[in-house]
Amino acid sequence: MAIFLQLLFTGVGIGSVYALVALGFVLIYRATNVVNFAQGEFAMLGAYAMVVLTQDLALPYWLAIPISLVIMAVVGALFNLGVYYPLRHRSFLPVVISTIGASILLTNSVLVGYGPQPESLQGMFDFPGFQIGEVFLDSQYLLIIVVTILLVAFQYFFFEHTLLGKKMQATSQDKEMASLLGIPVARMIMLTFIYSALLGGLAGILVAPIMFVSVGLGSQVALKAFAASIIGGFGDVTGAVVGGLSLGIIETFGAAYISVPYKDAFAFLVLFGFLLIRPQGLFGEKVAQKA
Amino acid sequence: MTTQTSKPAASRAVWGVPLLLAAGAVTIILPLVHPMNGYILNLFMQAATYAMAVLGLTVVLGYTGQISLAQAAFFGLGAYGVAIGTTMLHWPFLLALLLGVAVAALLGAVLGASTLKLGGHYLAMVTISFQQILTLVLTNWIGLTNGPDGVRNIPRPSLFGLSLADSDRYLALCLVALYAVGFFVWWLKRTKLGLGMQAVRDNELAAEVVGVDTYRVKVTAFCLSALLGGLGGGLFAGGFGYISPDQFSFNESVVFMTMVLLGGADAAVGSAIGTVLLILLPEWLRFLRGAYLAVYGLAVILIMVFMPTGLWGLLSRLGGPPRLRERGVPEVLTLGGGAGSGETLLEIKGLAKHFGGLKALDGVDISVERGKVHALIGPNGSGKTTMLNVLSGIYKPTRGEVLVDGVKVSGRPPHELAAAGVGRTFQNIRLFHSLTVLENVVIGAQRPNNSAATTPDEVQRRAMAALDLVGMAARADLKVASLPYGHQRLVEIARALAGNPALLLLDEPAAGLNLTEKQELVGLLKRLAGHGLTLFLIDHDMNLVEQMADRITVLNFGKRIAEGAPAEVLRHPDVIAAYLGEVPDDAAA
Repeated sequence: MAIFLQLLFTGVGIGSVYALVALGFVLIYRATNVVNFAQGEFAMLGAYAMVVLTQDLALPYWLAIPISLVIMAVVGALFNLGVYYPLRHRSFLPVVISTIGASILLTNSVLVGYGPQPESLQGMFDFPGFQIGEVFLDSQYLLIIVVTILLVAFQYFFFEHTLLGKKMQATSQDKEMASLLGIPVARMIMLTFIYSALLGGLAGILVAPIMFVSVGLGSQVALKAFAASIIGGFGDVTGAVVGGLSLGIIETFGAAYISVPYKDAFAFLVLFGFLLIRPQGLFGEKVAQKA
Repeated sequence: MTTQTSKPAASRAVWGVPLLLAAGAVTIILPLVHPMNGYILNLFMQAATYAMAVLGLTVVLGYTGQISLAQAAFFGLGAYGVAIGTTMLHWPFLLALLLGVAVAALLGAVLGASTLKLGGHYLAMVTISFQQILTLVLTNWIGLTNGPDGVRNIPRPSLFGLSLADSDRYLALCLVALYAVGFFVWWLKRTKLGLGMQAVRDNELAAEVVGVDTYRVKVTAFCLSALLGGLGGGLFAGGFGYISPDQFSFNESVVFMTMVLLGGADAAVGSAIGTVLLILLPEWLRFLRGAYLAVYGLAVILIMVFMPTGLWGLLSRLGGPPRLRERGVPEVLTLGGGAGSGETLLEIKGLAKHFGGLKALDGVDISVERGKVHALIGPNGSGKTTMLNVLSGIYKPTRGEVLVDGVKVSGRPPHELAAAGVGRTFQNIRLFHSLTVLENVVIGAQRPNNSAATTPDEVQRRAMAALDLVGMAARADLKVASLPYGHQRLVEIARALAGNPALLLLDEPAAGLNLTEKQELVGLLKRLAGHGLTLFLIDHDMNLVEQMADRITVLNFGKRIAEGAPAEVLRHPDVIAAYLGEVPDDAAA
């Protein structure tokens, strides 16, 4: 039982990271109807920004985090301008290929700078965590879970109860209509990209101390997060969170009880299962083409 | 009547083919007679085997428009097939190659099968997952693949008693295979299957409606693409003698995709150009060292933004506007129907279509006589377009049935309805926008069970005849995207007519046309009716409906509220009420 609870805790922690990145996917998808295949690279860049700031520049943690987030906001804006905006009137395929190109560009640029050997980042807290009975609650995992809960609550409040959030929703549902109503569509899309770069970056910052920081971090997390959003139902915020958590749990238990080398394959197997049986996911997106 | 080609086109063909053959022969023979150093040979070998995989990607991404990020996985399956077959099972090389290619093609078909429910970003994700899982298996199934250490000492084959162990001879084999693959992919584009693939890419729904079994086409495309990838990989394994899992990783899939996009995904020549450039570029750009993948990533974005048709697309546009080919006088189009007029062709019984709680159609009965023009009218939201979508198979009815010629067709997919003789046009025109006018209509003429055009030659002639009937024969070689709106509408009608439908469904054919164009359309539709073709049309232009229709059915809120001859129906008080709201009592008085 103790092992079970311990694994559950770890699974939820990892799953929270997937959920954070999945939220970024969902946001951009809802605003532009395009899947951003470089969403994971936002997490990777966030983690590397922390490495640069705290280790190379020896800044304190409390200063490094806000600076990293500012950097991520700039990355999001540049990403929109360079990768999405020039292609906004084209069909889905060129845009997807363009974001795949961006993912390759970002990964390999960091690779040139930092090389393939992983960096490690110390945890944010000096105390390791709490011992409750036989279960050890690691402080970094706790932080990840708390931040995820806060962000989901914030996102709900922002989109349902603020004017800016409603404008962004309107943009995502019907750009032409939103534009006719006087909503600055281009600016809303820009904000969406900045916000999802921040989300991705934050996920990277949080996860850096528990995983090694390497250039592969992005694709590793992004593929899981993408799978999570499909399992939850693409374009659905609740779905992204539930999908992310389930995937984290499945993966942790799979590695513990079935096979360690194939740990990464469990996510894909679950994904295949969903795609075959229930492609619209748990909370449902209509996949069928409109006539 | 034979299709004639004009002088310039003919002379291009006369010079082009031997020139290509000669160039190909030189590249094969040169390494054999002129010794080259091993490094150059290896570079050529890599280019030749990669090019086969890239040509596979041309089929699935370029022709069919389906994203695949797993080409390196199929390349790897072919390579491991050869490696395992020759070194562990001690099979002859060709048998091992066959094994690798077969496994790749089989898994390609399985991956293609996922396109039944999925497209777009889902498909991208599925192919990436497949790629990742294969990498995991190659690395971890040590008993079979020797794990991360890879397989060494893969032998090269002998053919007809001639050993190909020398690199120059083996390269000759690879080049022969490459040219065969290149020719196949070039040829494929012009075949019925190839046109079907391009139709799927440009407009999947329209492709279904004109009779292309889009699912089968997509599975075939994936299967062919994987097969060519496996072939390239198998020859790669023999060429280099050593393979390991990292040679077939996601990164390589990305390299393959960059190659096909750089050259131009739509053409076999483009793929070859892209491959050669990207194999040679890292040699020229050695100063970049590890950064070459970053440059690839940047290149992908820049290509998408500035050069979506790739280098070959740019080059072919430099050649100027398309040459219009001289053709003989087109035949007169024969149209189905005519015989047995008076009997019922289309029978709609108690048809209902519900979307959740919304009853878009609620128990509608209509019967359409052969050789007649039947119009369906009603205010917005009355269920007209839903009716057309059920009739062409896009929606499955909730209740009720549709019979064509006494055979139940409701519930079948659109391409089967097309095969049963139901043609249609769309309100918002759906053409295959990157193809020419003639190619669009040829795809229409290729519909299954089209007894009017069974051979490729008949298909071409029928397509020209259909274009001639709508007055677009002179524009046959233009891209449809360059045509004005009214002409696109005519091409869409010609596409449907070329399929020789028994019943033609027209969804608001006059929408968006100006007055002159409308009059021309009425003239055309009257000619079609004069040929005895059965028409079922929706339109808001009552003038057109009154001129054309033999019978009118009026829908409101998914129910039939009136049916009869135009004069009586259009004056029916319920109909006027449906269009204008309730009729005031004093107006009736």
